[in-house]
Amino acid sequence: MLLAIDVALLIEKLVLIVVVVFASLGIAMYTTFAERKVAAILQDRRGPNRAGPFGLLQPLADGLKLFFKEEIIPNFSSKFLFILGPALAMLTACMTSAVIPWGDKVELFGRTIDLQIADVNIGILYVFGVVSLGVYGIMIGSWASNNKFSLLGGLRAASQIISYELAMGISMIALLMVTGTLSLKEMVVQQQHHYWNVVYQPLGFLIFLICAFAECNRTPFDLPEAENELIGGYHTEYSSMKLGFYLFSEYINMFISSVVMATLYFGGYDMPFVNEAALAPNMAALVGIVALLAKVVCFIFFFMWVRWTIPRFRYDQLMHLGWRILIPLALFNMLTTGGAILYFSK
Amino acid sequence: MNITTILFILLSVMAIGSAVMMISSKSPVHSVLWLVVVFFAISGHYILLNAQFLAIVNIIVYAGAIMVLFLFVVMLMNLNAETEPIKNYRLQLVGIVAGGLLLLVIISAIMKMDVEHLVQTKDGDAGLIKVLGMNLFKNYVLPFEISSVLFLSAMIGAVVIGKKDENVN
Amino acid sequence: MQALTNKAKQVSRKPMSFMEKLYLPAIFKGMMITFSHIFKKKPTINYPEKQRPFSPVFRGLHILNRDAEGRENCTACGLCAVACPAEAITMEAAERQVGEEHLYKEEKYAAKYEINMLRCIFCGLCEEACPKDAIYLSETFTPADYQRKQFIYSKNELLIPHPKENEEAYLKALGNRPKKEIVK
Repeated sequence: MLLAIDVALLIEKLVLIVVVVFASLGIAMYTTFAERKVAAILQDRRGPNRAGPFGLLQPLADGLKLFFKEEIIPNFSSKFLFILGPALAMLTACMTSAVIPWGDKVELFGRTIDLQIADVNIGILYVFGVVSLGVYGIMIGSWASNNKFSLLGGLRAASQIISYELAMGISMIALLMVTGTLSLKEMVVQQQHHYWNVVYQPLGFLIFLICAFAECNRTPFDLPEAENELIGGYHTEYSSMKLGFYLFSEYINMFISSVVMATLYFGGYDMPFVNEAALAPNMAALVGIVALLAKVVCFIFFFMWVRWTIPRFRYDQLMHLGWRILIPLALFNMLTTGGAILYFSK
Repeated sequence: MNITTILFILLSVMAIGSAVMMISSKSPVHSVLWLVVVFFAISGHYILLNAQFLAIVNIIVYAGAIMVLFLFVVMLMNLNAETEPIKNYRLQLVGIVAGGLLLLVIISAIMKMDVEHLVQTKDGDAGLIKVLGMNLFKNYVLPFEISSVLFLSAMIGAVVIGKKDENVN
Repeated sequence: MQALTNKAKQVSRKPMSFMEKLYLPAIFKGMMITFSHIFKKKPTINYPEKQRPFSPVFRGLHILNRDAEGRENCTACGLCAVACPAEAITMEAAERQVGEEHLYKEEKYAAKYEINMLRCIFCGLCEEACPKDAIYLSETFTPADYQRKQFIYSKNELLIPHPKENEEAYLKALGNRPKKEIVK
């Protein structure tokens, strides 16, 4: 029984996991670069352009700098939890990519390989579960820092993520009512044959988008780190690569939530106006991956664009928006979706 | 011994061990974190029973939301070993009696169980979302709807509480 | 109240209309503004590769001048030190010996000539005071340094390169600033 595991499948999945994790790390690395470049361009500056051609080696330089910085662990803090915090943040950020369909099937070495690590039938719930765990990294780290500002940042993160998860979940329920499946792969296949889900769920998408910003702690919802009132919030006490992990996990989260949004509402690896069935399978998969990445790049740019446009919310405004606007709106969206489904299915 | 049994044993050890740690650790924050580990172990058990939906909902609701709130409160109150209230021996006695009674109930329930058909690993489908949905909306539709109304009213209540009191000014 | 300028804008205290309460149009407007900045010209220049020309009246680091044969102009008269409002200049005079005619233009020269660049305010009064065209302000900055004592420039650092031994550097140090007429 123990040895009856399909070795080829195991290797295939392992390779896929390694590729996906490293690809998301690499993309997150260059997202940090893109963030600085986009910020510069939106502010009529030039941005990093010294390290390598066009500054392309800048993320490597940043990473090296973080690696070689002195590591400071404050006294009176729980050392284990202090280290666990960033580790958890990174782990949860990397785990989400397991259920995302990166493309259609590929034929390699006589095997048909699904470009998805695990096609579980609860795909989207898995994403939710992992995202809801992401706050632990922040909370544990902030508490273990033994610093009031950090603690405040952690508390903000917790209440913010819980509040916005609710609206996100309800807007998601409306989407699930339309698609009738929890599997991300099936959702993409459906969208290949019909319109993209954003056509059916524009309000749901808007709510989801706003909540995604909040879940990623991106401006205008970056209250947990709020550098000018909380001195960096939950990562005030962190230095060296542990700080790097926190910053990095934010970018991975951004990448993953872009992928999730593209998959849920914008057809995932579906390239519009291209009939994938007419192409050779490998070609179709390639087109799919390119389409998905293009959508992701657009979303990431949008994340940055918003960051450099909209100022941070005040805390009461944040709660007001989450509880008194987004949740009723999401409930309304769910009700109208249900009504529309009832009406049209008759 | 197959891989399911090994995983079962591992998860059980993890669940019980972290439950013990949760009770015995001095710091409330550590207790909460150990409880989160317990929930993870239980979710692992659900997955062994092929109840993926239950597993993930357990993580989302308990580990992801309720325990975050617990942690939130514990951190906000800044509890630690020094501020722990002095233990009352009578209270401890009551705790032991209550816990012992619960243990008795569990033991008697286990004794009465049909050992032959204990669990359905892998092939069981009671925890899959489709079967679960069918069950909830066909066999248990009334209790399900009543509880959903309860949740909805709780949610609306939260929105109402969050609303500013206009009469104050 | 009478407004001093017509730039003041009256803040509207009207309750927001429904469209304003939605916020989304305003957010969209703001996003468009930031987006339009993508296409704007960037005022930054890539400094070491591209340098902005100095203005013709720029007053930079001091230079002690030589004449065309490479003899030092300075006679250590001390007028520059007197003119200096920041008291940044010190000097010691010495008499020219026989056989040193190729080094110094006149019979008296500055054996020691120091300018404290931390005190100097780059007003250019020394240049104006000098009757011998011996000192002028060039088109360079004072470079940064780690120690304060490095900012006291001695004669070696101030002297212009020899026009015959190193003509290129001499012309470069001379710069393009219009020189004042020497009063004979």
